[in-house]
Amino acid sequence: MEKFERLTAIAAPLLYANVDTDAIIPSREMKSGAKTGLADGLFAGWRYTQIGGREPNPRFVLNRPEYRGVRILLAGENFGCGSSREHAVWALREYGFRAVIAPSFSPIFYNNCVRNGIAPIRLAEPIVRELAEKVAANPQEHKVTIDLDAQEVVAHDGERRRFEIDAHLKEMLLSGLDEIDLTLTKRPEIDAFLASDRARRPWIYLET
Amino acid sequence: MSSSAAPRTLFDKIWSDHVVAELGGDTSLIAIDRVLLHERTGAIALRELDRVGRPIADPARVFCTMDHIVETRSGRGDATRVPGGEALIRETRARATSAKIRLFDIGAPEQGIVHVISPELGIVLPGATLVCPDSHTCTQGALGAFAWGIGTTEAEHALATGTLRVRKPKTMRVTFDGELDRGVSAKDLSLALISAHGSAGGNGYVVEFAGSAVRALDVEGRLTLCNMATEFSAVTALIAPDEKIFEYLRGRTFAPRDELWDRALGHWRTLHSDDGVQFDREIAVRTDRFAPMITWGTSPQHAVPVTGRVPRQEDSGATREAYERAIEYMGIEPGAPMSSMMIDGAFIGSCTNSRITDLRRAAAILRGRRIAEGVKAICVPGSSAVKRQAEAEGLDRIFRDAGFEWRESGCSMCFFAGGESFGERQRVVSSTNRNFESRQGPNTRTHIASPETVAASAIAGRIADVRSMVS
Repeated sequence: MEKFERLTAIAAPLLYANVDTDAIIPSREMKSGAKTGLADGLFAGWRYTQIGGREPNPRFVLNRPEYRGVRILLAGENFGCGSSREHAVWALREYGFRAVIAPSFSPIFYNNCVRNGIAPIRLAEPIVRELAEKVAANPQEHKVTIDLDAQEVVAHDGERRRFEIDAHLKEMLLSGLDEIDLTLTKRPEIDAFLASDRARRPWIYLET
Repeated sequence: MSSSAAPRTLFDKIWSDHVVAELGGDTSLIAIDRVLLHERTGAIALRELDRVGRPIADPARVFCTMDHIVETRSGRGDATRVPGGEALIRETRARATSAKIRLFDIGAPEQGIVHVISPELGIVLPGATLVCPDSHTCTQGALGAFAWGIGTTEAEHALATGTLRVRKPKTMRVTFDGELDRGVSAKDLSLALISAHGSAGGNGYVVEFAGSAVRALDVEGRLTLCNMATEFSAVTALIAPDEKIFEYLRGRTFAPRDELWDRALGHWRTLHSDDGVQFDREIAVRTDRFAPMITWGTSPQHAVPVTGRVPRQEDSGATREAYERAIEYMGIEPGAPMSSMMIDGAFIGSCTNSRITDLRRAAAILRGRRIAEGVKAICVPGSSAVKRQAEAEGLDRIFRDAGFEWRESGCSMCFFAGGESFGERQRVVSSTNRNFESRQGPNTRTHIASPETVAASAIAGRIADVRSMVS
């Protein structure tokens, strides 16, 4: 997984509440059963003029020339709600996003972000809105900086906002380490748990 | 319990039974008792593990079904209208077989929607941890398990290590007390809760459902109630297991037997929140005046009583932008009575409401009646076992005689993954869980409700109050 340390990039606002993973990647766009080939389907229902078509809808924020090269999404409350499909995160990542800043995230989507090198950053709704206003004034110039180690989002004018992130998830993003490798270092603890649990709750264990 | 022991929540008890190691902060390494997969996301996880050469820690506790993209018309094989779907189905079969995990394949008697078959087969058990790369895994908390939806990468982790790294969530108790009017069921409880507290209302919490109205629900009603917890943005939901749950599980295929059953039962009887325990948040709801609920917009929080009207923006709980989008998408007018809306489609199915009791309640409305002209109505039983049971009771005849199509089990038109839809701008009353834009197919307009409300609306040809049709 690609590390996430510090990023200064163009940000785009999509401030609707409850943007669901069906909107991020409609099921009709998940064609290959793979983790790749999804960027074209990102926000397909809003991004193109017709369902199934590929003619850009000029009104949709990501199609506007001033947001070309966007890597940070400024989003509304409960972003990524709905289906657990990790395709939503894979599509965002493949399109070029490295971070989403929102007042809140659906729990599954949040976990999926961290495991794909996308930083999910929680800031209060008025702060996200204010950031969006600053960005919108001149998107290519008013870049947003995310300093994960310091847990700060910095606007182009130098205003800093602190965010909270679970230490363990922060470490995963910073190191880019594979979570399975990390967990397998706990093999002795896992084996010890299984031995005592088998005695305590034998009905949980099944024969092949 | 000794007098010195601090009272604990049901969730705390299950959590502490599964802590393998503390990882710092509020995060623990949690043992996973059951992993469930389906063909939509399961093949990807299995493929990835193969690619990096990691074996599955304990294949005996991993189960896979074919539900999401399978065809539901009779005489089905591997063919599906989903592009690339047939290859995914075959890959899932091949990988599940070589990984030696149990597969409930197309045509197998156990096949069905993952959250329907898991309770049916006794895979989920009280006090167990269970994960599945599917957001509606919260359904299974109804049996007193800690069951929650994850992504594909976390599924790989659970398969390879038998554990997950989990941050301990906060706890919320939602207490439903009171009677339920006839024609009002578990779906209406969940829609009432989500409309009152918003679709982010449960964010960060594990929700325990309690109270006299919850205890009065049968097992399948509890599954419906917990199913919608993900629409509340909760981590998951659960209900303290009681004698109804134990009786339901007794003798099921993967449930413990004999001595193990007795030992398990002893443990399960300790699984409840202790008196006096503090939750991080409490919500109390009186149910006596509940009416059947239905959604008007494009989020589950956009729900009103069927006797109500499309709210004005200022009363809708939605921002102006979101409200206007929803109104336009749904093709409705502010202030319009819900009962004025003519419908084109009716769907009964999904992991929310496709179990035998759901079909019985819908059939009781449909018996001796016909659906309105021009309405396309479809019933998709939640599992092959539900379908057999319904046919043994003659329910299939009632559905067919009323004008419903009667299908093979699967997720079907709950979402478009079957590659089939009611069509653009078609108005559908649906017993499913999500009314998102294009969820049931491109530009389809979905109103979610209970199966009995779907049946009543199909007959009326418009959104209807089922209470006028029950005796």
